[in-house]
Parts: sequence; structure tokens; C-alpha cells
Amino acid sequence: MAKVLVVTSGKGGVGKTTTTAALGAALAQRGDKVVVVDFDVGLRNLDLVMGAERRVVFDLINVVQGVAKLPQALIKDKRLENLWLLPASQTRDKDALTEEGVSKVIADLRSRFDWVICDSPAGIERGASMAMRFADEAVIVTNPEVSSVRDSDRIIGMLDSKTVRAEKGERVEKHILITRYDPSRAARGEMLTIDDILEILATPLLGIIPESQDVLRASNVGTPVTLSNADGAPARAYTDAARRLCGETVAMQVPAERKGFMDRLLRRRAA
Amino acid sequence: MSMGLLRLLRGNKASSAPVARERLQILLAHERGMRGQPDLLGVLREEILAVVSKHVTLDPTKVIVRLERGDEVSTLEVDIEVPNDFERKKVAVA
Repeated sequence: MAKVLVVTSGKGGVGKTTTTAALGAALAQRGDKVVVVDFDVGLRNLDLVMGAERRVVFDLINVVQGVAKLPQALIKDKRLENLWLLPASQTRDKDALTEEGVSKVIADLRSRFDWVICDSPAGIERGASMAMRFADEAVIVTNPEVSSVRDSDRIIGMLDSKTVRAEKGERVEKHILITRYDPSRAARGEMLTIDDILEILATPLLGIIPESQDVLRASNVGTPVTLSNADGAPARAYTDAARRLCGETVAMQVPAERKGFMDRLLRRRAA
Repeated sequence: MSMGLLRLLRGNKASSAPVARERLQILLAHERGMRGQPDLLGVLREEILAVVSKHVTLDPTKVIVRLERGDEVSTLEVDIEVPNDFERKKVAVA
């Protein structure tokens, strides 16, 4: 049974596209057939993060408008057999995302894939609402910071009211993914804690992705972070998150502070 | 204990995260209450505009409705700019 998963946040720059690419690759590595779909019409970037920017011929809007057939627009990943990309258009016509057109494309993708992962644009406008409209599940990407948490709350409200599932009286299964988590700042009490965020948003946790150079490096070279440095902390956290999406129970790793020499010395004395 | 001592040695700057949590809790409680409600200020503005327009010719962009929240009471401020010759116009119409 295919699942449609939206990666959303409200706020920009929190890591939606990184997360879409990383979860897509991690799920494909498990053997599931995955397509990642870029809904950020006009400001597409998933192609770049996936390293497929030079292979885009047709896009989501072309398929929605019937200019291209779906198989013509799908780009097969060069590293993973089961991973595909449906890029966004770079023309700025967001109104081209009609509900009817998107509904047809999603239905077609459902019949071809195990996972349809929709990368939402920031904001709460048409692109974002179309990305979540047909979702079965949602990953709400949140940074431990007040404006991100507030926007996540708003998005949760939309998931509970503006999706097809919500309108049918069903639930969109929601998960919080905390990204850019900085353990040393958390230890100093400068950052909202995981517990604070989960309590405020009243939504279960899918994973905690630590702030890391790996993420920037992965986007620089156009490889999902789960593939570029599979042993790194962010890759492991994303892989665990993908396993949880598949229903596995995986112990939650809270990124720990990397201690300097003085800290360790002080801690040992204090203990 | 160890955390307390660490904080002491680092210089005890009050942590800001609890402030963030409290501000968010208050704000979101309010915003969740407003969700799904019709936009009160928008409705007020439209209705006030309709009433006043029966008697005075108005520029709709010059009608401003503002709500300011205070601790004890809130104030609703309605600012309508009326052209100086509106009475003459009315006479002319009559």
C-alpha cells in the first residue's frame, strides 16, 4: 500500500529539502520504491540537493498540465535503484498547481511507488497546501527555536483541517523531526529542549538530527546525507527516522555534547 | 549537581530556553483559540465601512480597524478618514 508523506514546516530554511532527500534515500536503501516530489514551484531545489539538476527535462507542472507524461518527467537516481525524483518547475506560475491536476499525479504515483514523499515549500500558501493536501503522513521539520515551533504549530493546525484526510474525518499521522539540534547549546540552556518542543506541539517525535557539517557537505556535492557520509551522526539519525516511519521500534538517540578537555575534567571532578 | 557546578564555573548566565518555552506556550494558546474563527477585525471593518458608506462617500482604503491587547482591557481603534466636502456632496445628492 503506497504512502504519501509530506515534509513540511511553515518556516523556511529548517531543512525540509535535506530531510526529503535523506529520508527518500534511506527508505530506498531499505528496498522500498520511493519518489521524492518537489512542490516548491518557482524555487525548486530538490533536484540540486539530489544531484540531478542537469537531468531535468520535464517537471511536475508539465505533468499536471498534461504537457508531459509522468514517466517522462521522473528522473531515476544514479546511485539507488529504487529512488526517483519528480522535479518542480522553475516557472513562477504557482496557480498551475490545480487541486484536480495534483490529485491525478498523486494517484498515478501511488500506483507506481511505495512512498511518495512531497517536499513542501515554506509558507502556508498554495504550494504548501497542495503538498500536504493528499498526504497520509506528515513529517514536520522543526528547529529548536521559537519561530520555527510557532510555525510548526500553525502547520499542524492545517494538517488537521485542510487535508483530504482531515476533511473525511480521518487523521494525517504526524511526526516531529527536530533538525539543527546543537547539544552544547542545549546543555547551556540556550535552546528549547526536546521535551519543551514535544510538549508544546503535542506530537510524537520521529528523530533528532544534530547540527553538522555533513549536511552542508552533502548538499554541496548533491548527495543525500544518508549516502554521502553514511556513518555520520546525521545520516544515522535519518536512517533511524526512516526505520521508525516503517513501523520499527528504534531507541531514540539524543545527540550528546562533544566535550572539550576542560569540560571533561570539570565534569569528572564535579561528579 | 555536576550541571550546577559547570554552570557556576562557566559564569552563571540565566538560560533563555525557559523564557522561550513560556512565551511560546502563552502565544500558541492564544493562536489556537483564534484558529478557524472568522477574521474578527476583517468582519468589523467591512460592516463599519458598509454602515458609514450609507451616509458618507468613503475611500475604503482609509478605514483602519485596529485591536490592541492590554493586560486588563483591550482597545478597539477605528480610524476613518472622511473627505472634507462630504456634507456638500450629500446636499447635492439630496
